[in-house]
Amino acid sequence: MTGLAQAKSGAAGAGRFLPPPPLFLLQPILRRVVRRVAQLHPNLFDRLGPHCNARFVIDAAELPFVLLLVPDPENLIFRAVSRRGEPESDARIRGRFFDLLGLVDGAEDGDALFFSRELEITGNTEAVVCLRNALDDVEGSIAEDVAGLFGAPGRAILAALRRAGNRRGKSR
Amino acid sequence: MRPELICPAGTPAALRTAVDAGADAVYCGFKNATNARNFPGLNFTPEELAQGVQYAHARGAKVLLAVNSFPTAGRFDLWRDAVDTGARLGVDAVIVADIGVAAYVAERHPGLRLHLSVQAAASSPEAIRYYVREFGVRRVVLPRILTVAEIRQVKKEIPCEIETFIFGNHGLMVEGRCSLTNYVTGLSTNMDGVCSPAAQVHYDKEPDGCVATRLGDFTIDRFGPDEQAGYPTICKGRYHVPARDDAYYAFEEPVSLNLAELLPQLIEAGVEAFKIEGRQRSRAYVRQVVGNFRKAVDQVLAGEAPELADLVALTEGQKQTVGAFGSKKWR
Ligand code: SF4
Repeated sequence: MTGLAQAKSGAAGAGRFLPPPPLFLLQPILRRVVRRVAQLHPNLFDRLGPHCNARFVIDAAELPFVLLLVPDPENLIFRAVSRRGEPESDARIRGRFFDLLGLVDGAEDGDALFFSRELEITGNTEAVVCLRNALDDVEGSIAEDVAGLFGAPGRAILAALRRAGNRRGKSR
Repeated sequence: MRPELICPAGTPAALRTAVDAGADAVYCGFKNATNARNFPGLNFTPEELAQGVQYAHARGAKVLLAVNSFPTAGRFDLWRDAVDTGARLGVDAVIVADIGVAAYVAERHPGLRLHLSVQAAASSPEAIRYYVREFGVRRVVLPRILTVAEIRQVKKEIPCEIETFIFGNHGLMVEGRCSLTNYVTGLSTNMDGVCSPAAQVHYDKEPDGCVATRLGDFTIDRFGPDEQAGYPTICKGRYHVPARDDAYYAFEEPVSLNLAELLPQLIEAGVEAFKIEGRQRSRAYVRQVVGNFRKAVDQVLAGEAPELADLVALTEGQKQTVGAFGSKKWR
C-alpha cells in the first residue's frame, strides 16, 4: 500500500480565496520560509531519498497561483507560479487550502483525505509518499515554525487560519 | 489482566506521538526489506531506533521490532543484522514470521522476547504450539480470520499470549502468502516487504472527473467523482468477471477493521494485547486512534461502557467492519 491519492475535482475553483497578489512580492517570503524549514529540520531531506530533486507542484484549490517545490538541500526552490504558466512537474498535489495546511501542521491524515477524495495526486506517487513521510516526521508544526518567522503577526494569522480550518472541518 | 495497546510507528515522530497518546508498546521496523511496511521514506535507522527505545522506555512503554518478512536464499544477513541490531539497542521483543529468523533469535538471543507475526498465519492451536515449543514464542498475533468464539477456544489450548488486531487494514488473504503484488509488479509483499510499491502506482485523472488507479500495467479500480477511495492494492480493486455485469470488488471492498464494540468480549476471551494497524499512516492518525482506544480500553477495564469516538473518517473507503471477528459471513 502506498497511502495517499486523489481529490474531488470539485474542490473550490481556483482564485476564490485570495485576490491575485503580485507574485514577485511573494517570492522572497517563500524563499525565506523554505530556508527556515530546511534549517530547522535538516533530517527531513533524508526521508526524501532520491526524490529530493523532484519537482512538486502544490495546488491549493482556492489560491490564484500554484506553488513549485524542489526540496533539494543544495538548491531549494519554493515559489509561486501563475496557473497559466504552470511548470512541468514530476508530481502534482491538489487539495483545499485548509486540508493542505492541516497536513503540514500534522493535524490531518493524508490517507484519510485521499479516501474521501479531498486530496488529488498525479505523477510520481513514490515521490509524493516520500514527501508526505518526510513532512510527517517533523516534530511539532512546520506551520508554527513558518508563522514564527513573522513574529506576532505571523502567529496571529496562523491562529486565525487554524480557527477557520476547524470551523470548516466541523461543517464538513 | 490488563491488555496492552500495541501501536504503529512509521517514523520517530509517530513513535513519540503513540507513546504520548497512551501506547503500552509501539511496533516499528528498519528502512529495508526486513519488515512488511518497507515503504519509501518510512521506518527507522538504527540511530533513530536507539532514540525511540530511549524515549519509550523513559515513559514506561515498550518497543517491538518487526522483522516479519521472509528472507530468500542468499539474503539472510539483512534479517540477521536487523535482529542483532534490535537486540543491541534493547528492543523489548522482535516480531518474526520466518522459521529461520525465529530459530536465529532463539539460538543467538535466548533472552529476547519472540512474538509470532500475523505474517506467519498461525491460526490453529497445533501450529501455535509448534512455534512455542520449537522457538520459545511468547505471543502470537492472530490472523484476522477467527471469530471471538474461536479466539476464546484457541486461547484455552495454547501456552502463550494472544494479540489481535482491533483497528486498521482489513487483511483477508492467508497472511504472508499473498502473491498478488508479486504477480503484477515483480516485487513481493512477503519477501520485499511492500504491497503495491508506490513507484508502480499511478493515478490518472480522466476528463469526466473519474480517477483510474493503475498498478504497473493493470488498472485496478476507477473511482467516480463522488466515490470514496481505497488503497491501491489488488485485493481492494474492482474487476470485470464473467458472472457479473458491472465491475465489482471480487476480493474485498475498501473497508477498515474496527473492533471497538467487541473490546469487552475480546478482553473476556483472554486476549493479552490489542494491535492498531497503520505504520504507513500519519501522526494525526496515530494520535487520534491510539488516544481513542486508550480511553476505551481503560473504560472497559474500569467496568464502564466504552465511549467511542467516530473514527470512520480515518477508515479506508470511509467504511468499517468487525469482519470475521463477528461472523464468518461478513461479505
Ligand atoms: S494485495 Fe491485499 S491481501 Fe495481498 S498483500 Fe496486498 S494488502 Fe495484503
